[in-house]
Amino acid sequence: MPETLMVALSELEKAYKKARQDAKFKKELKGLLALYAGRPTPLYLAKNLSKNNGPKIYLKREDILHTGAHKINNTLGQVLLAVKMGKKRVIAETGAGQHGLATATAAAKFGLTCDVYMGEEDIHRQSLNVFKMRLLGARVIPVYSGSRTLKDATSEAIRDWVTNVRSTYYVIGSVIGPHPYPMMVRDFQSVIGKETKSQILKYEGRVPDYLVACVGGGSNSMGLFYPFLKTRARLIGVEAGGFGLNTDKHGASLCRGRPGVLHGTKSYLLQDKNGQIKIAHSISAGLDYPGVGPEHSYLKDIKKALYVTVTDKEALEGFRMLSESEGIIPALEPSHAIYYAARRLAPKLNKNKIIVVCLSGRGDKDMDIIKENL
Amino acid sequence: MNRIDKKFKELKRREKKAFIAYIMAGDPSLSVTKKLILELERRGVDIIELGVPFSDPLADGPTIQKASERAIRNANVDSVFKLVRDIRLKTKIPIVLMLYYNLIFHYGLKRFVENSVRSGVDGVIAPDLPPEESKELRAITKEHGLAAIHLLAPTSSTERIKNIISASTGFIYYVSLTGTTGARSKLPKELSENLRKIKKMTKKPVCAGFGVSTSEQVKEIQRYADGVIVGSAIVKVIEKNIGKKNTVRKVGNFTEALCTR
Repeated sequence: MPETLMVALSELEKAYKKARQDAKFKKELKGLLALYAGRPTPLYLAKNLSKNNGPKIYLKREDILHTGAHKINNTLGQVLLAVKMGKKRVIAETGAGQHGLATATAAAKFGLTCDVYMGEEDIHRQSLNVFKMRLLGARVIPVYSGSRTLKDATSEAIRDWVTNVRSTYYVIGSVIGPHPYPMMVRDFQSVIGKETKSQILKYEGRVPDYLVACVGGGSNSMGLFYPFLKTRARLIGVEAGGFGLNTDKHGASLCRGRPGVLHGTKSYLLQDKNGQIKIAHSISAGLDYPGVGPEHSYLKDIKKALYVTVTDKEALEGFRMLSESEGIIPALEPSHAIYYAARRLAPKLNKNKIIVVCLSGRGDKDMDIIKENL
Repeated sequence: MNRIDKKFKELKRREKKAFIAYIMAGDPSLSVTKKLILELERRGVDIIELGVPFSDPLADGPTIQKASERAIRNANVDSVFKLVRDIRLKTKIPIVLMLYYNLIFHYGLKRFVENSVRSGVDGVIAPDLPPEESKELRAITKEHGLAAIHLLAPTSSTERIKNIISASTGFIYYVSLTGTTGARSKLPKELSENLRKIKKMTKKPVCAGFGVSTSEQVKEIQRYADGVIVGSAIVKVIEKNIGKKNTVRKVGNFTEALCTR
């Protein structure tokens, strides 16, 4: 990270540590999550997806949340923190637009100015979210540099922050970026795993055998995994296989990347033989990032979590499967996790096993892409 | 003695301040970069800061981002080492590499430092590497006599200033403004005050850059600092003259007017 931001990062760390122990802050956030965002979300047993004699597949329904995805868990926390820190302006990067939308939503609620950086390519792919952000009073700033997707939007947001560091709070949307962001975003998203744990204990009297979630930057998966790290549950992160790992078009930082440093994080990164960052590809804009949260890299290295990939084509199949069998239209990101759980994992397991899949968002934003591809 | 230290000593003797010019290696080609370095030296530049192109230059504004995009196909760490090795037959001008940390990390820290020194590179600046993360690199640069130049920002606390001063060798790079690289018509008011404060805290040379584009700004900074760094303004002249005749001479004219007036 540039020196200019180092003091701001340590101020943020201090403010966050204070807030984390502040009963008032916690109560306020809990209230917002319940009454504004719609928590707790159901843990739903997808009976039709769970085939006869196969394992039970539960869905953690983050798609039901306000703004349509898990992103709001984090932005409410961070924007509330920004307010406590006396900041009047927030900025964000966004890929699929879900984090931008969730930031714009929280900013509107708290009366803050909000600028969202979005790659020009993603602005085309996710025009509905762009429109929604603008309705909420946010400015969506197109990014024309590099691959014109999430990686470049993140660089541009950092450049903005370097310039306006004294007045602006940067709301990072995933478990990436410099410390304390990966920790803070993980903590705010851990509500997913905590709820899942108490729900599954109530329904089944035990922790699940498998937890499956998609991994782009890795926030919904980290949120689901984290409260289960000390349990026997097997953790599986599903990365974007794009056109396939034997091609150059995928987003599988953990499965195919090498350690590197980008956006203030040392983690697995897609890069070429010279150390230049490669352009990631996925049918889902939210998984289109060449890096991944450093804690996922750690979980991979200590073999606590397993990381696999699902291709664009398979994700579309997962999408169709869930829509048709359960009447739930998922976003393309969790469609990767659905496909893995239902098609690769479930057939190997017997009916006594339990799988929980994080359904991180709903599919409304993806309708244009679906129309083109199905 | 390192060529950078020697240069500052010599400038001090002559009661002069350093003019440091930044260009991007491989913009528009490595052979032009070579000519540019020699031309800039002839025109009065004291130290060359040579950028290595990177896919994600997050501390840079639009001018250097574009230069990076133009250069990325022409240059990598190894070809820049070769360029410096070649040019060392013709010049002793101090050359400092400015590159993002992933390029160093990917290349391997020890190998990077060894090959830098072997090629005739005098120092390294990684704009995204704060001192708390640079301990390993610093230990190696120290062992091999490569200068490790750290950046100071207007937002740095007094404690950080102290740490950065002690971590830096060669010179200390003061970032004149909160923002990315790129020409600005005005520099912040507190610049001279901040430079005076930092100068009081160290005997190491302090040079300021970011935003500098006019000879007035150059002179103003040279009053308070030991040197001034100009990048985007020069890169812009390169950009404007790509494919035209006399690119090198035009860049030379522009730079000479900046540094000697």
